[in-house]
Amino acid sequence: MKILTLLTAFALTSSSMAINAQQVEVSVTNLTQGIYYTPFLISAHSAEMSLYTLGEAASPELQMMAEGGDISGLSMMLSNGNADVIENPAAGLLAPSMSTMTMLDTADGNDRLSIVSMLLPTNDAFVGLNSWKIPTEAGTWTFTLNAYDAGTEANDEMITGGGAPGAAGIPVAPGGDGGSNGTGVTMEEGNMTVHIHRGSLGDDNMTGGKSDLSNTVHRWLNPVARITVTVM
Amino acid sequence: MTFTFKIKQTLTLFILSSAIILNGCGGSDSNDSMPVVTPPPPTPTPVIYQYEVTVKNLTNAQPMSPIAVVLHDEGQLWQLGQAASSALEVLAESGDNTMVLADEMVLAGESGAGVLMSGMQETITVSIEDVMPQMISVVTMLVNTNDAFSGINAMVIKDLAVNESISMQTSSYDAGTEMNSELMATIPGPAGGGEGYNEMRDDVDFVAMHPGIVSQDDGLMQSALTQAHRFDNPTLMITITRTE
Repeated sequence: MKILTLLTAFALTSSSMAINAQQVEVSVTNLTQGIYYTPFLISAHSAEMSLYTLGEAASPELQMMAEGGDISGLSMMLSNGNADVIENPAAGLLAPSMSTMTMLDTADGNDRLSIVSMLLPTNDAFVGLNSWKIPTEAGTWTFTLNAYDAGTEANDEMITGGGAPGAAGIPVAPGGDGGSNGTGVTMEEGNMTVHIHRGSLGDDNMTGGKSDLSNTVHRWLNPVARITVTVM
Repeated sequence: MTFTFKIKQTLTLFILSSAIILNGCGGSDSNDSMPVVTPPPPTPTPVIYQYEVTVKNLTNAQPMSPIAVVLHDEGQLWQLGQAASSALEVLAESGDNTMVLADEMVLAGESGAGVLMSGMQETITVSIEDVMPQMISVVTMLVNTNDAFSGINAMVIKDLAVNESISMQTSSYDAGTEMNSELMATIPGPAGGGEGYNEMRDDVDFVAMHPGIVSQDDGLMQSALTQAHRFDNPTLMITITRTE
């Protein structure tokens, strides 16, 4: 009798866990006027994992993403933790005002949603959603995201092609509207933890000045992205 | 004698009760024979749906152009990523809300009394007869800019009960129809006193979040604006209360 009860309880638990696996549609919109997003990493993972913590130093994997748009490190970290991972849903850069959409089938226990992508042209700015609890009931949730500074590279605002971790400079201005010959806004990274980005400075001299960014094109205010999550 | 009578009475009462109960149980069977009462159609009396919209300017030094409040069932004042309508372009570049208020989607619309200065608030009442509006939109220009605006776009209010309120803070958008040159000649607000609307579209031609103004104090030498005109989100606090 006791064995039977236990078996029944086990069967009930299993079936309720199976219900926890969800189908989740995720849509991302670039709200900025002049910033591009590198390939997005969208993931459902367990509550034990997190891609970054505000006020703490970035992981090397986050640094790769934030400085050069390389999501392979974070993706591997997530996969090793049995997360459900979608890479690059926009098949390339997500231009200003554009949207991309993807479908995530979440496995049991992967009830947290995280999304990251680098902002171009910046040194190490990224947009992030950090371990958002996926609702268990069906419905649609819309919210906006802010831009963070990974705290791993000085915001010199010089477009040098430098995208590898530790390499100074901005990889590229995808809009083709970047400048050159800037002397550098700063050579220091005062806050070496992940924090809300203070925004780019830019200047009005595209062939000199401090910055290779344009102050009327490459600045932004929060929020910088809009997320719509539909739980099926 | 009396005793016998009493018993009989009790029995009769019992039988009567049973009959009533039985009759009650069989009620559904006898529905067909019940007379159907049709209430006469109510005389239509006009129903007023009224909303009070309180807007507070949260910026340091960005006066807001006369605020437009519109009730509508469909459509949007703007769509992120899409080109601004002519009505929105005119409002965002010059602060003139007449085209927005006259838009064909508008069921009822009201304008604020005038320019809303920083730190000030204004309550605008808008009402409509008989038809409950599905949505409300609010829009105003940050006048010391080229084409920045703030507001609420097609917010669903059909479930708002009388005396219920919704409060929110709004962000600022760039109409994308005029380059953010910040030149004196292009800023209609008191900081520039320049031109408002110009039909030429010399910017990205889509609506996006506004990147903020730069100002002459922060590296844009040609700018008519100073550090005082800078703003961050949110720029407005809006409370909508259904009053009728």
